[in-house]
Amino acid sequence: MQNILLETMYILSGLVGIAAAFHALRDKNHPHPKETAAFWGIFGGIFIFGKYLPGYINGILIIVIGVLAALNRVVEGSMKTADEDKREASAIKIGNNLFIPALTIGVVAFIVGQYIPSLGALVGLGLGSLIATGLAMVMTKTEVQNISFEGSRLLLSVGTAAILPQLLTALGALFNAAGVGQVIATGIGGVIPEGNLLAGIIAYCLGMAIFTMIMGNAFAAFAVITAGIGMPFVYAYGANPTAIGILALTAGYCGTLMTPMAANFNVVPAALLETTNKNRVIIAQAPFALVLLLTHIVLMYMWAI
Amino acid sequence: MIKLIGILIILIGFYKKYNPIAVVLTAGIATGLVSGIGFMQILDVLGTTFVNTRYMSLFLITLPVIGILERYGLKERSVMLIKSMKSVTSGRVIIIYTFFRELAAVFGLRLGGHVQFVRPLVYPMAYGAAEKNLGQVNEETDELIKGLSAASENYGNFFGQNVFPAAGGVLLVVGTFEAMGINLVPMEVAKASIPIAVIAFVYCIVQSLLFDKKITNIQSTQKIEKGV
Repeated sequence: MQNILLETMYILSGLVGIAAAFHALRDKNHPHPKETAAFWGIFGGIFIFGKYLPGYINGILIIVIGVLAALNRVVEGSMKTADEDKREASAIKIGNNLFIPALTIGVVAFIVGQYIPSLGALVGLGLGSLIATGLAMVMTKTEVQNISFEGSRLLLSVGTAAILPQLLTALGALFNAAGVGQVIATGIGGVIPEGNLLAGIIAYCLGMAIFTMIMGNAFAAFAVITAGIGMPFVYAYGANPTAIGILALTAGYCGTLMTPMAANFNVVPAALLETTNKNRVIIAQAPFALVLLLTHIVLMYMWAI
Repeated sequence: MIKLIGILIILIGFYKKYNPIAVVLTAGIATGLVSGIGFMQILDVLGTTFVNTRYMSLFLITLPVIGILERYGLKERSVMLIKSMKSVTSGRVIIIYTFFRELAAVFGLRLGGHVQFVRPLVYPMAYGAAEKNLGQVNEETDELIKGLSAASENYGNFFGQNVFPAAGGVLLVVGTFEAMGINLVPMEVAKASIPIAVIAFVYCIVQSLLFDKKITNIQSTQKIEKGV
């Protein structure tokens, strides 16, 4: 049941991609309609049919859309929503009820994820979106074609950043298969002076943050850095893993805040909010992350001695 | 050492601001090839991982309703609502959101998200608060509001989640040590993450209050430059 529903949600997500392809083709002021349509069409196609294709075929398709993106042929175009005057008038007319569908997405996702574990939070997000769409349709009495128009407008404005989280996870899988983590842990381990707990703790926290920045994922860093640096240079001196283990992980999260490799936390949100600088979210987070990383080192040292 | 070529490509690529998708694909293929993984297998890992991680792009399904709500004035309504409140500032909107986001995470509730909350609600409200206090919001201020709105979601999510004993992070720590022959109790590991959860929230408050001062300065200098 869960699988069928989840697959349905992927198909609907894929349809948003295909709608974007269709609208890019229809956009008369679009500079690269065919390439943009090919990108979103293939992306949507993988969502719908990818499961039934051999892995290498999907791999080839991903290289194709990667090349289209690399040539900067996948762009937003000229789709526009309603004018500001109309939006303002409608905001007054509909009032605070406008917030109901917006809240529905998250609340339904949460309720389903929490109380119907057999379906899970992902199905919940899909159901929440569908219910919210229904509510919004009734409330605004908008034309049905606006579902596809507005979805396409937003997806085209998010742009190619949308596929980065998935690509980066694939990159992580390749790094793992190649054994990149062990090389790094051995490298950092080689420069730490023996018998110095503070140096070990600094290396452990920085190693977590830096390796997380490279992998874009603190979970992937944790086992590698704990085995390579934590064990020989921190825990070997009697530091308590119950207190310190989780600190190493959140030291890694400080790295997550500072890397474009964590695209789903940093790059996609910037694209969603249409920032001018693609690194805007990382710039906002960097001072916070650095101070918090330093705090981790201090706290870990206090707990270790 | 040659295995690190992928990391080198990524560092150079992001530094030179080459197209990130091209950089990531090149890094992956190069790492695979120098490590003796065949090209067909690289394609296979790439394609299979991509299909298995479709859940990461499930947010596509939320875009139509957010777009429709925007078309009918969601952002404008958020601005109106915020303007009707007393003594509200962009920084305070951010603090309040981070507080509830982190509290939800502490209880293991996945109540939040850039798509679900930040784009439709948090950012428009922080924007509305700036407009109420400082007049028309200029581009630089708007850009900064977007950055901090997105950041607040990450702060609350990251540093609250491990207080929940069944959180993925806690289980990862327990599982990793178990594999090395050390047994930990999830509840105790979760408790150890409370200080960082509190400190992170305090830092968020400090950053948000400084943020209010910063955008006030930016807005007033711009007015003086224009001679208003």
